[in-house]
Amino acid sequence: MSATLQPDLAERVGMDPSFNPSACMNCGICTAVCPLGLRHLPREVFAYVVLGMEGEVLQHQEEVFSCLLCKLCEVSCPAGVHITENVRALRHYFDRNVFHIEGR
Amino acid sequence: MPLAASDTIAILADNLRLRKSVLPIPAANAIRWTEGLHLPRGGDTVLYTGQMYQLIPYIEQLVAAEERLGDSFLAGFTGFGRQVNRVLNLAGFMAHPSSAERSVYDRIPHNVALLLRRAGVDFGSLFEDDLYSGALIYDLGVDEVLAAHARTVYAVFQKYEVKEVITIDPHTTNMLRSVYPTLIPGYDLRVRSYLEVLAERGFGPTRRLAGEVAIHDSCVFARYEGVVDAPRQLLDKAGLTVREPAHSGTMTWCCGGPAESLFPKRAAEQAARRVGELRAVAGRAVTMCPLCFVNLEKAAEDVIAIEDISDYLLRACEGPEGESDGQL
Repeated sequence: MSATLQPDLAERVGMDPSFNPSACMNCGICTAVCPLGLRHLPREVFAYVVLGMEGEVLQHQEEVFSCLLCKLCEVSCPAGVHITENVRALRHYFDRNVFHIEGR
Repeated sequence: MPLAASDTIAILADNLRLRKSVLPIPAANAIRWTEGLHLPRGGDTVLYTGQMYQLIPYIEQLVAAEERLGDSFLAGFTGFGRQVNRVLNLAGFMAHPSSAERSVYDRIPHNVALLLRRAGVDFGSLFEDDLYSGALIYDLGVDEVLAAHARTVYAVFQKYEVKEVITIDPHTTNMLRSVYPTLIPGYDLRVRSYLEVLAERGFGPTRRLAGEVAIHDSCVFARYEGVVDAPRQLLDKAGLTVREPAHSGTMTWCCGGPAESLFPKRAAEQAARRVGELRAVAGRAVTMCPLCFVNLEKAAEDVIAIEDISDYLLRACEGPEGESDGQL
């Protein structure tokens, strides 16, 4: 797999200081409890953000928008990752940079 | 194949920006729940619907239309639809729920008003100024549109000099209590759900219903807003035995509703799984959110009866005092 890395991707996705995908320690509890059984979100997609792999992030658009934001993963997360707010930040990134939805 | 998410999100955001709701509905239908209540306009305390229950029959018709469109050649023209929607309210052409379909969802805010009155709460309504909170746009991450809309909603509260807001559904509660304060400097409204208000006042129905109900906690109430005990206290006072499904309280399982606007098939699959959990503990289930109600009811078919908590609480206030005849 080849990828163009963008070291500032995490800063561009998460403009709020609470954005913390790098806190994930990849334990997998989030995946285990997800009611929809999402396999790549949050762990893998968050890792792509941290690594600056924008192409990989964009390939997971459907999972990013399928998430129920139900917060079951977040209350179960031992690392304190702000999963739902991070997912909302990813959606905001898609809205602005992929869908070109006007802010005003 | 579902319609392009980008087009759906853009149309919803355009609607909120241009028409103050993701799905503009006729004002007369948005306030029909107030009929016969003789509520004052405004006041220190208002009962605020955020149009959430009233929107459901319209959303259901649009979701059905989207599912039909998604399988047709018309799906290729949705980008064009986004352009047209900026000039014409497309939803106004596509969604026309019947009065019977609307009445189910008008009944619930009406119930809540009656319950608050029985608890001795003084409150008014903002009627046609009772605007949608923007919850879906917040979830979809269109933050600039949401921020502008939040300022519009707050300006309405200021215009009426409102100090306390009593909400009905979890999504409006979360927006007004937890999200708006992060967007609006000096935001000073006190926001509580009617379930919290009733529980704080020690509200007790006049008779006790006998029977068991499975409780379906809303994710937003339970995990975002900490509303877990109040509905249980109220149901217990109404004489009901509350049965807890495998996932309940702060570990509740989602009804699937939040996925419905973009991925209705996934929403339906999750609703069916949740109905299975509820059915395992009781033949009836109680919800406290319009999205949970509609999604679970569609999945319930004949295996379990789904009702809003306000229906149970009001029923426990009607009829002679004492034990019920066993009918829920």
